Amino acid sequence: MPAISFQSVSKTYPASRGAKTPLKALDDVSFDIQQGEFFGLLGPNGAGKTTLISVLAGLSRATSGRVLVHGSDVQADYARARRQLGVVPQELVFDPFFNVREALRIQSGYFGITNNDAWIDELLESLGLADKAQANMRQLSGGMKRRVLVAQALVHKPPVIVLDEPTAGVDVELRQTLWQFIAKLNKQGHTILLTTHYLEEAEALCSRIAMLRSGQVLALASTSELLKSASSNVLRFKIDGELPPALAREARVTGRIVQLPAHGALEIEQYLAAVRQAGLQVQDVEIRKADLEDVFLEVMATEKGHKWQMAV
Amino acid sequence: MTGWQTLFYKEILRFWKVGFQTVGAPVLTAVLYLLIFGHVLEGNAKVYGQVNYTAFLVPGLVMMSVLQNAFANSSSSLIQSKIMGSLVFVLLTPISHWGLFAAYVGSSILRGVVVGFGVFIVTVWFTGTSFEAPLWILLFAVCGAALLGVLGLIAGLWAEKFDQMAVFQNFVVMPLTFLSGVFYSIHSLPPFWQKVSHLNPIFYMIDGFRYGFFGVSDVSPWLSLCIVGIALLVVSAIAVNLLRIGYKIRS
Repeated sequence: MPAISFQSVSKTYPASRGAKTPLKALDDVSFDIQQGEFFGLLGPNGAGKTTLISVLAGLSRATSGRVLVHGSDVQADYARARRQLGVVPQELVFDPFFNVREALRIQSGYFGITNNDAWIDELLESLGLADKAQANMRQLSGGMKRRVLVAQALVHKPPVIVLDEPTAGVDVELRQTLWQFIAKLNKQGHTILLTTHYLEEAEALCSRIAMLRSGQVLALASTSELLKSASSNVLRFKIDGELPPALAREARVTGRIVQLPAHGALEIEQYLAAVRQAGLQVQDVEIRKADLEDVFLEVMATEKGHKWQMAV
Repeated sequence: MTGWQTLFYKEILRFWKVGFQTVGAPVLTAVLYLLIFGHVLEGNAKVYGQVNYTAFLVPGLVMMSVLQNAFANSSSSLIQSKIMGSLVFVLLTPISHWGLFAAYVGSSILRGVVVGFGVFIVTVWFTGTSFEAPLWILLFAVCGAALLGVLGLIAGLWAEKFDQMAVFQNFVVMPLTFLSGVFYSIHSLPPFWQKVSHLNPIFYMIDGFRYGFFGVSDVSPWLSLCIVGIALLVVSAIAVNLLRIGYKIRS
């Protein structure tokens, strides 16, 4: 039985004062996530990732289709489905009336679990919050609040954990801590569904990835298959100055760093020659294998109505 | 403790943690009303023939505190948690819509009754009172708190901003409580306004509540109980349905 099953899920938001036409946030999304998988859900802003998670968590109702968590329908059998699910929301939300321990005890109680202090202590220790147990939530930094959100999602020991951009706005050290913690949970058998804009994070952690755009699944494959499917390697170098227009159209430029798809040695020579002819000095040249970001951009560049080469 | 019981406990803890604001302040407000109105009108007004005005005022003030605080508990909790986003912690749980209803209304009843009791203890110190039918006092206090707790729940679900909540509170709840006979017997009003008062369900709550103290009321306490009971059933059905469909809390 899959851990999560999305079956032809569509979600349309009706027209409102803010949006004059109905918005189709999800369009016939269907895929399964197996038990024990570490699954990544990627897509640009507005792709429908958070909507899909909201439908899964019961925060939103699908217009059509159904979602199952360990076989339980998230609408018809919501109580059982929600017991299987722990969700770490994207926003840093908290209840200002309580301290960390109270918040975790209350969250446990919502699932009918009392006397949960031993597990709460373990969570606090694992997440580096042991000395903040009595601190009011308002007093915590953003990173600590994020860790409390993770703890709140885990108090009832759900087999499936959903993290909606857990490392957004988080410093490098905390990001590493959270990655290690989440990876450990997955090794212990928890199914993880992760949405993130940090593609290096998805590449490092996820065994399988779905890429969404405008509510549709454009790509669904294992991470290694996606990486192998990239059409080219990447030529990477630094320059001071503007690229010639012909190269600029194909290049991904981040500050001084330029990255170009490199299909072979001839193409690489032509790029470097064009840069030299423009009077630019090239530094730190490297040719690397395509990473997930390259594949992601390639997938997202697929024309509307066309399927990407490794489509579902 | 089950899920809804935890939510009930959490709602009580929420208002208890800021007890000065939620219990102390209404008690002080009621005492001020008593001192000012009682001082101005005492000796100039007798109600029900023999009851002095200050004694007459006590049940009205107690009931007003019960109703306003019951409303405030559910409405403020919902609007705050919606705006701050912390409502998600409740929505992600297996608590049913019945459980949500029981927890929010139950805690509103408790806060209303606690505040009402606090107001009573302090105000009755200033003036004596009688207890002709204590069970009616308890019954109307609980029913009144429940009705306003449910209204607070509906208002909390409906409002998207604090000023929308303020509209509900200042233009609906407060006029209805002030114009229900808290400070006066409706017999002192012109006939037309007496009839208008009879359309106000809060009038029946206060009238029945006051019957418990003096054994005298403008209408029969059984009629009051009937009207309050029907009103409670109707608004409860609306509230439970709004929770079931996730009105403004689940898209």
